Amino acid sequence: MLQNGARQRGARANDMIRLSIPVRQALARLTLPVLIAASFVLLLVGKADTVLTERARMALADALAPLYGVLAAPLGNLRAGVEEVGGLFELRSENARLRAENERLRQWQSVALALEAENAALKANLHWIPDPAVNYVTARVVADAGGVYARAVLLSTGPHARIAKGQIALDDRGLVGRVTERGTRSARVLLITDINSRIPVRLERSRGQAILVGTNGPRPRLMYWTEGQAPQDGERVVTSGEANAFPSGLPVGTVRISEQGAVEVEPAARLDRLQIVRIFDYGGHGIVPPEGVVPRPQGMDRHR
Amino acid sequence: MERLPGIRPRESLLRRLDMAARWSFPATTTALLLLAAAAPLGLPGQGELQAAIALACVYFWSLFRPASLPPVVVFAIGLLADLLSFGPPGVGVLTLLLVHGLAMRWRRVLVRQSFLLVWLAFVGVAAGAAALEWALTSVLTFRLLPPAPGFLQAALTAGLYPALATLLTRAHQSLAAPERA
Repeated sequence: MLQNGARQRGARANDMIRLSIPVRQALARLTLPVLIAASFVLLLVGKADTVLTERARMALADALAPLYGVLAAPLGNLRAGVEEVGGLFELRSENARLRAENERLRQWQSVALALEAENAALKANLHWIPDPAVNYVTARVVADAGGVYARAVLLSTGPHARIAKGQIALDDRGLVGRVTERGTRSARVLLITDINSRIPVRLERSRGQAILVGTNGPRPRLMYWTEGQAPQDGERVVTSGEANAFPSGLPVGTVRISEQGAVEVEPAARLDRLQIVRIFDYGGHGIVPPEGVVPRPQGMDRHR
Repeated sequence: MERLPGIRPRESLLRRLDMAARWSFPATTTALLLLAAAAPLGLPGQGELQAAIALACVYFWSLFRPASLPPVVVFAIGLLADLLSFGPPGVGVLTLLLVHGLAMRWRRVLVRQSFLLVWLAFVGVAAGAAALEWALTSVLTFRLLPPAPGFLQAALTAGLYPALATLLTRAHQSLAAPERA
């Protein structure tokens, strides 16, 4: 009796399975084409709705940033240790180079002190209005956020850090880039070397304007300089206040003319080994993020 | 497999958990490897490394343990890779799904071949995937991107495969085998 029941149950189960095999096979064969179609939809949606994409990315970045932030310090120490071992072999030559550089910097220091005193005296005579002090926050770089075809870094920020899009990132030597996306605990900074980066700059010697164009390579290019004021090799490049996106005078780098004759800029910031950056709020509103441009209803203008 | 006659251990809760863990091993390790490749390691070419890991893992598991890597899981892995790399969403998803489809189509032939042939096929897949990603990203950003990172990505993917496949083959025969639960 018991065996009989078990056999019946088994047969029923077999029947169900036999019925569902073709269905299951058809479903299995359909899944891949359907998902490939879905990925095309994803491509289109990602292009059309950038806000949604950004929110999804930053949600993931917010979840990972604290974790990577914890990992960043020991990993940085490990890397520094490895570099230290490599540096042991060239201690002598490095020492000689540093002595020579120190001599040169001592001379520059005395020049700088004299110029600073002179500058202060001139400003006092002119009743110069000093520039307002600028707010900044310091954040740790926790990950590369560029992928294959972009140059960007992810910062781990506290939940209460007042970071907004368009704020300017600098390391201890010069301009790094601008904040393009921010979450609650993380922010993404687009580097000046990214192919989408365009920065108005000024050549310090000739005071001519130009645009610094990223190429995804280590050295961005200079374009659109003033006619007759071609950039010269070794000239310093600083930001220009043009378009109110950047304050004037932040150090960007030095001009290098490549062997092919391309006019490039060697960035002052150490973009390949960023660890800590400062995010400055200069209050520039020259460039509005895309979602800030809300189309105004047609009727509003007419009633004015 | 369950309908074959024979003596089997009882379907206890622990055994089912063990089987589930083994079944999900390919997807879980791929996701964890992706997260590890996005960590602040400070390696040059880390963006390319991330793409290489996703591609090599999906190719290997699609060939040797397709039951553990249904297309939905490939879709999820692609989405994770896209979000982590901050690239245009969908590019990684589409590439990985196409690689998965190709591997499923070739697996009857490829599984019986030597490692060298499987690797050679993968070199072709890696080159095609890098070219597709470069073209899609270029179209989506309205910009002709420099192709050099694409070449680097293809070379890194092809070069990474033997090392990764050695590790994954061990896992395939031990940790990832539900039938050994």
